[in-house]
Amino acid sequence: MQLYLPIAEVSVNIFVLLGIGGVVGLLSGMFGVGGGFLITPLLLFIGVPAPVAVATGANQVVASSVSGVLAHVQRRTVDFRMGAVLLAGGVVGSGGGIWLFDMLRRAGQVELLVQLSYVAFLGAIGALMFQESLRALIRSRRPGEPPQRRTRHGVGTGLPLKLRFRASGLYISVLPPLAIGAAVGFLAAIMGVGGGFILVPAMIYLLGMPTKVVVGTSLFQIIFVTAFTTLMHAVTAQSVDMLLAVVLILGGVIGAQIGTGIGLRLKAEQLRILLAVLVLAVAGRIGLDLILAPDELYSLAPGRLP
Amino acid sequence: MIRALALWLALAAPAGAEAIVAGLSQNRVAITANFDGSEIIVYGAVRRDAPPPDGPMDVIVTVEGPPAPATVRRKDRRWGIWVNAAQVRIRAAPTFYAIATTGPLDEILSETENLRHRITIPQAIRAVGAAADAADFPAFTEALIRLRTADGVYGVAEGGVAFAEETLLRADVTLPANLTEGRFRVRVFLTRGGAVVDHIETGITVEKQGIERWLHRLAFRHPLAYGVLSLAIAAAAGWAASAAFRAFRGA
Repeated sequence: MQLYLPIAEVSVNIFVLLGIGGVVGLLSGMFGVGGGFLITPLLLFIGVPAPVAVATGANQVVASSVSGVLAHVQRRTVDFRMGAVLLAGGVVGSGGGIWLFDMLRRAGQVELLVQLSYVAFLGAIGALMFQESLRALIRSRRPGEPPQRRTRHGVGTGLPLKLRFRASGLYISVLPPLAIGAAVGFLAAIMGVGGGFILVPAMIYLLGMPTKVVVGTSLFQIIFVTAFTTLMHAVTAQSVDMLLAVVLILGGVIGAQIGTGIGLRLKAEQLRILLAVLVLAVAGRIGLDLILAPDELYSLAPGRLP
Repeated sequence: MIRALALWLALAAPAGAEAIVAGLSQNRVAITANFDGSEIIVYGAVRRDAPPPDGPMDVIVTVEGPPAPATVRRKDRRWGIWVNAAQVRIRAAPTFYAIATTGPLDEILSETENLRHRITIPQAIRAVGAAADAADFPAFTEALIRLRTADGVYGVAEGGVAFAEETLLRADVTLPANLTEGRFRVRVFLTRGGAVVDHIETGITVEKQGIERWLHRLAFRHPLAYGVLSLAIAAAAGWAASAAFRAFRGA
């Protein structure tokens, strides 16, 4: 059954869209990530124009993050104060990202920007995650060794403007979280992702937040950053396709349900290694497109009817 | 349909020895949520006051979507990766263009007539504009035609017109799913020996309807309200999903 998307102005099979939403929901249920990093490339692959793919991807992440954060609020694993500080930085970063995105869209380089940021960030995060989880997996096979202890010394203990973050048990400067928030907001705008895959490691390793509050707080901040991004894209470029978003969300909801079930049956190290492989595969696929000579050198950007 | 045509034939009184009358199976195409393309039939007949002169008569049918500007970009290798380098702005290119004929275009249509009526696809594209590198400008318009042909929005069907007894004609034109809204121009040309004997022009209105129309209008006329609505739907869906999971697990 075909569905005509009013903003993307392409007709796509509704089951393909539900499948994409479902696969992404499955992964977000399994790994606890938003899945935005998969949605944008998959939408590009089925012929949705890049601006629409990025903007609608952000809209879909809003839905999955709202769903996720509610579970964390119940378990009291959201540091609202930290979330608010990250968010303040995030709005600034997102605004900057939107501005750059719009400028490059006019110059015809937006595909390049999206592709390069995917290769760079997914490649780096995927490689780090793969290495780290491989080491953890090997360690778990040798039960004699004691697990390594991470020292809880985040950056921002020596900087001014200190603030107490009770839920995280931290007393640090607001500057590092502001900067991290801004960086994630920027990426959200240009990649159509929530940025959880960057925010989560940054909160653990850079800020030294306890792992139990990290996912909830990251989801909390992602809701608002992606909401702001969606709104900005809708206003500056009219590139949010509501019908596309609704079908993706519908598929995602069903997928997340199944994914959570699978995730509970796998070990944490196995899960992380799978996620790392997936992230690297997406980065590799996009990277190949940049390096290999394309079949068609020309591309067409339709102008708006007067 | 035949009776209506006959009536029309009787009523129409065109000047000249040979004249064309034509009609369409529909003059309105609605793009709805499950729109998957449409087929229109162009039919017509040749009206003669006198016996036809020597030489075969041919028919050319064109269906042309509303023109819009477009930018064609060419990738080039820079620092080891393929990036968009040169670009050419096309001032106006039809968003859809289908040609159906009774025979090979270069045999049934002379170059002068083609220039005058802008019948073939390259003629329909007004490529005049600020060119980034005018040297290989034709390569960019060729690429535009190639890409749009691959998309199914440009097409030439030589032999796609059924022309019975050099009097009754019929052409089936397929409109693909990726259509642009607007007024589509339908032209029917009668040619003899490369010269256009008579031609007629009519139109089809293509427009989004129902939810498609509503969403598109809202997105472009009230972008802020549209953005807020998108977010409200996403937030509501997220909340509903979470509530449903809880109920599911609780049960």
